Amino acid sequence: MSPTYPALDIPDDGKLAHNIAHFARALRKAGLPVGPGRTLDAVRAVAAAGFDRREDFYFTLQAIFVSRPEERATFAQVFRLFWRDPRYLDHIMSLLLPQVHGVQEDRAAQAAEKRAAEALLDGQLPPPPQDRPEGDQIEIDATATMSAEERLRTLDFEQMSASEISAAKRMLAKLSLPVQPLKTRRSAPSTLTARIDARRSLRGAMRTGGEIATLARKAPVTRWPNLVVLCDISGSMADYSRMVLHFVHAVANRKGQGWARVHAFTFGTRLTNITRHLRARDVDAALKAAGAQAQDWSGGTRIGQSLHAFNRDWSRRVLGQGAVVLLITDGLDRDDTTLLAREIERLHLSCRRLIWLNPLLRWTGFAPRAQGIRAILPHVDSFRAGHSIASLEALGQAISQTDDGGERDRLMALLRG
Amino acid sequence: MTALPTSIDAVETLLSGQGYVASRALATVVFLSLKLGRPLFLEGEAGTGKTEIAKTLATALGRRLIRLQCYEGLDAASAVAEWNFAAQMIAIRAAEATDRDHLKAELFTEDYLIARPLLEAMRPQPGGAPVLLIDEIDRTDEPFEAFLLEALSDFQVTIPELGTIRAPEPPIVILTSNRTREVHDALKRRCLYHWVDYPSFDRELEILHARAPEAQETLSREIVAFVQKLRREDLFKRPGVAETIDWAKCLLALDVIALSPEVISDTLGAILKYQDDIQKLQGSEAKRLLDEVKRELVPA
Repeated sequence: MSPTYPALDIPDDGKLAHNIAHFARALRKAGLPVGPGRTLDAVRAVAAAGFDRREDFYFTLQAIFVSRPEERATFAQVFRLFWRDPRYLDHIMSLLLPQVHGVQEDRAAQAAEKRAAEALLDGQLPPPPQDRPEGDQIEIDATATMSAEERLRTLDFEQMSASEISAAKRMLAKLSLPVQPLKTRRSAPSTLTARIDARRSLRGAMRTGGEIATLARKAPVTRWPNLVVLCDISGSMADYSRMVLHFVHAVANRKGQGWARVHAFTFGTRLTNITRHLRARDVDAALKAAGAQAQDWSGGTRIGQSLHAFNRDWSRRVLGQGAVVLLITDGLDRDDTTLLAREIERLHLSCRRLIWLNPLLRWTGFAPRAQGIRAILPHVDSFRAGHSIASLEALGQAISQTDDGGERDRLMALLRG
Repeated sequence: MTALPTSIDAVETLLSGQGYVASRALATVVFLSLKLGRPLFLEGEAGTGKTEIAKTLATALGRRLIRLQCYEGLDAASAVAEWNFAAQMIAIRAAEATDRDHLKAELFTEDYLIARPLLEAMRPQPGGAPVLLIDEIDRTDEPFEAFLLEALSDFQVTIPELGTIRAPEPPIVILTSNRTREVHDALKRRCLYHWVDYPSFDRELEILHARAPEAQETLSREIVAFVQKLRREDLFKRPGVAETIDWAKCLLALDVIALSPEVISDTLGAILKYQDDIQKLQGSEAKRLLDEVKRELVPA
């Protein structure tokens, strides 16, 4: 750094530097990512800017500590409280934080405990005595396991009992969603292509005294695309969306498996971003946190409105690098569908591929009669059922083929005819 | 070469001398960035004057402006330097006749190097250290961001065949992002961060006076009030300050002295860039907003 700091602007007793360090600690407690490096920077910056005006002092600290627009509100709050009386903030924090902290830990512990208990007690709980005599039960159970798993694969999520659901969830956690990598404009050394890497060729020529013996070649580098999941959690979809979110959690947390980033949103009457919650390792904790934030579980549906909110606030931020969108909804919209048609068209135009999962498709005689379905169908690239584990497996196979349309073409023919 | 400003007020004066009306918050970060020699990271909606600040600073300080426009797949060869292969091949042919021993020493020297923006910015310039504008960083990918870390924290670039080139005097670096994706924290941490917001009514009016001084006072007020109203509407892309200025210039070119629903409908293309938004605003909606604007402006 340049040696021009008027370091003497800071009083010698170090009170201000001390206070800035305290302030940084308060910010960290409030959730801003503030490390010691930034505190040092802040002291330097304040020394450089001087502080004749409270406003300048504020903006100086903001320039150092804030690095996202969302953090500005928190910063303003903490600043207002802290520079009035530091002890007041400590007091407030001591009142609030243990509670908040406690609740979070509690929650995580609960979910983890539940899983731990399940894991420990699995198969050890004695079966209810009134069922069958214990002697021949073992044999029956042993033969039934395989077929039970088979049956579970094709069973409708809606018709599952509690124990079947938990078994299905374990199967879902093992599912993956393979994906084809995208070509980028960057290139890397390769031996099999026709593109010549002039820079490496000439460097190689240096070794042989300027004679180009072999031509070095290069090929485009590939990268993984992003996945954006939009999941309907309204009343008509509740059973499916819970299961599908288990699936999404499994996909989002599988490392090194494909998808660069997985963004997830839920919608019923309004749109909620649950990406952050899905990062929790424990699936129960993740879904609980997501459920706490999405206030509209099992309510009505306003697909058009929700997609509008997504297009306006999020599409430009998450659909940028050739993202694939997975839309999970039954398409039963209560509102006027002109808005829905317009928004789904925009969504389709701004993503690389739009895949629609609709649990209604499991009925063999399904025809696109509802207004909402008629509005969405022309704008999706692929249309598939999502009502059972088998159908989600099929999705995994289909998604890696770029020309897969699922049931779309058949239904479009129905729509026209 | 102009000396660097010594206070926040001096930055404000310097920028306004070039017709750039900066908020106090922006003036503060610009001052800090100049004083501490740290890169300045500007994020915000399109058309809020992020790129403009770099141009203005370069003119005001009499420095050279070097611009690196980012795009997907931008790599070191097009950002830092590329070798002049054709010239190198000719040199090899020429050396075949004479001596091959010196070839190795000569082929990878600065003579055969084509400097691209980053290397250019590290070299000494006649007017003092240049202003380096790295525009729309969100368009590149993460590998390039990682590459920028070295350039921005130590002000040096490494060319494998030549070695590390260090800037004798660090350039003034300004990065802009439209936030189409999140830029990595490691890069942000090395910079001073500022979110460029839409200006308030008074400030936007000031900007319009500076940029389109030929507009009448009443027309300017109407334009700014209308655009401010428009930003509160539910639009896919809200108009930026650049659009306000463009629109004012369009209206001046058409010799308009006061806004009317018809004029607005005809010139909507200057402020709204999406068909859906334009359709929403055409006809009665524009009239309603204009009526509101006129009602509010009467007491002023």
